Amino acid sequence: MSKMTEFMGWIDARFPMTKMWEDHMAKYYAPKNFNFWYFFGSLALLVLVLQIVTGIFLTMHYKPDANMAFASVEYIMRDVDGGWIIRYMHSTGASAFFIVVYLHMFRGLMYGSFKQPRELIWLFGMFIYLALMAEAFMGYLLPWGQMSYWGAQVIVNLFGAIPVIGEDLSIWIRGDYVISDATLNRFFAFHVAAVPLVLLGLVVAHIIALHEVGSNNPDGIEIKKNKGPDGIPLDGIPFHPYYSVKDIVGVVVFLMFFATVMFFIPEVGGYFLEHANFVPADPLKTPEHIAPVWYFTPFYTMLRAVPDPFLGVIAMGGGVVILFFLPWLDRNPIKSMRYRSILHKMNLMFFAAVFIYLGYLGVNPPEPVLAEMGLRFSEVYFLFFFILWFHSKTRSAGFSYLSLIALVGLFSIYDLARFNEDNMGLVFISWLIPTGYMAIMTLMPIFTNLNQEKPVPERVTK
Amino acid sequence: MKKIIITLLMTLMPALGMASGGGVHLDKVEIDLQNQESLQNGARLFINYCLSCHSAAYMRFNRMGKDIGFSTEQLKELMYSAEKVGETMTVAMRGEEAQKWFGTKIPDLTVVARARGADWLYTYLRTFYLDDSRPWGVNNATFKDVGMPHVLWELEGLKKPIYETSNEHGAEESKHITGYEIVQPGKMSKEEYDNAMRDLVNFMVYMGEPAKLKRYTIGIWVLLFLVVFFVVSYALKKEYWKDVH
Repeated sequence: MSKMTEFMGWIDARFPMTKMWEDHMAKYYAPKNFNFWYFFGSLALLVLVLQIVTGIFLTMHYKPDANMAFASVEYIMRDVDGGWIIRYMHSTGASAFFIVVYLHMFRGLMYGSFKQPRELIWLFGMFIYLALMAEAFMGYLLPWGQMSYWGAQVIVNLFGAIPVIGEDLSIWIRGDYVISDATLNRFFAFHVAAVPLVLLGLVVAHIIALHEVGSNNPDGIEIKKNKGPDGIPLDGIPFHPYYSVKDIVGVVVFLMFFATVMFFIPEVGGYFLEHANFVPADPLKTPEHIAPVWYFTPFYTMLRAVPDPFLGVIAMGGGVVILFFLPWLDRNPIKSMRYRSILHKMNLMFFAAVFIYLGYLGVNPPEPVLAEMGLRFSEVYFLFFFILWFHSKTRSAGFSYLSLIALVGLFSIYDLARFNEDNMGLVFISWLIPTGYMAIMTLMPIFTNLNQEKPVPERVTK
Repeated sequence: MKKIIITLLMTLMPALGMASGGGVHLDKVEIDLQNQESLQNGARLFINYCLSCHSAAYMRFNRMGKDIGFSTEQLKELMYSAEKVGETMTVAMRGEEAQKWFGTKIPDLTVVARARGADWLYTYLRTFYLDDSRPWGVNNATFKDVGMPHVLWELEGLKKPIYETSNEHGAEESKHITGYEIVQPGKMSKEEYDNAMRDLVNFMVYMGEPAKLKRYTIGIWVLLFLVVFFVVSYALKKEYWKDVH
């Protein structure tokens, strides 16, 4: 016995080192047909590690004090050796995290990765997304610039819109009547300790759940249904070395994009680092235009689309919460969009476009036409989830007409209530957007064969 | 069809159509951080004219000297209120006094170029004009009713605006400034002044982010390394995946 085997034997008798390695790496069989979209899970893990490591170094020099925070960030940018590299890694990493996670979630949507038996993976993932939003929001206060300050002010005030407890709740969150030193200190505690701990725990749960049921794939076929005589899935390959070496290639390509941003355009035209955030926080001066960072803007648009503050908060929260229910909304047994109908594919692609457009609207001031578009596309965003459920199986013509009339009626009531001489034309024309969407998605199955599904093959395709 | 799509896009995403909606017109300025002479000239202008009131509290004299090529002796000549070269560019004026004189707090200028942008600064510094209604007798076309006097007037001279009145928006008349006329010439010609302001803004861009001087170079090396790493990792992946069919 070599010294190494002897040593591993000693360890394994006390800790399941080899077993864990095999369960999660060397003998974890992943489908062999992963495509481009399957890089984003490992990339999200990479960015998480990057954020934690750079975050630790930033913590060594950052001062969570309203009088010193802004200056300490500039101190990191100037006087700390390599400080600017660490800081740009962290600021670029924040945006990169959301890009990677959004693509990762869209992958799940396309290939039905949230469906039975992976509902819990999806739920853990959604909680990760929620924790990530909290982490990003609180981290954004720390540089103590104008956008940090006023962005936090706006978001914390949203809690104030909740009836009865709202006002007290927002004071409790801030620890003061306005965003202040107390707020900065507690957000710092949450940002560097509490939320990262939750995130790490959730990521472990996400991966354990994934490795329990096994990965989905672009064909949406369970590879465990076709096992060889040795009990190994015929379409599976061990994660290590096959996917470990493949993911390295993904990592390198990702890092090329990452380095390009970090070294050449770290502000990304004011989207990753907002210009106004280079002005120190000033509680007496409200900036002309307060926009959250780009990754929150789709939901920010939903908030602004509703005139009543409390209902706006409900709409914004609902936009996130509804994603939790995906496994129980899309009940079509076919997982991958490859074998779903053309109409379903159109629906998914349109949803992605709508999400991006809502994000675009959220970074711009709500001029009348844009505000109207914000409302209409927010309506489409929510209708999408109904359509997802609607397309779960073949619906009768009667039910289709009924759904169309009921839902179009629902948002039209609101239009009637706000209809006046000034907005008549705009309301009517924009009314065609959600109505057209609903009409196409509910009536096409009756009049065309666009809802024709394809047979799912037995084995994965290359 | 194409027209319809373009019109549709313009309606849905007006910001893509015109980069700056509304705001004042900004003149473009050529930033060149490789040009040490320009940076040094800008630094002198900054220290002589801006630093009397505005601080640059995150910028150290010796860092500036090292980055843009001032010797310790040259630095010492430029340090009016600081004693040690390791100090930052602070000012003696107290906040309350400033509030009294100018009606507003005087902003620190270290990172102002990152907040406002180089073009804005360049335009702002060149659009002071005579206006009797203002406490200092000057106003600014880029930053309306700014509290700052025209500190550089002895270089640029004083100019009055040439207005153009238009009433295209119905009955309401609006006045725009179309140009300026020098009333009292300064030490510099218009071209000299523009160049001086370019140097000043160039320096302020450097001051906003000293790391910018080396960021690009390091970035290129990182990308080159990643290209090599990509070739190696891709070859490794190909080798392992040979037997996956």
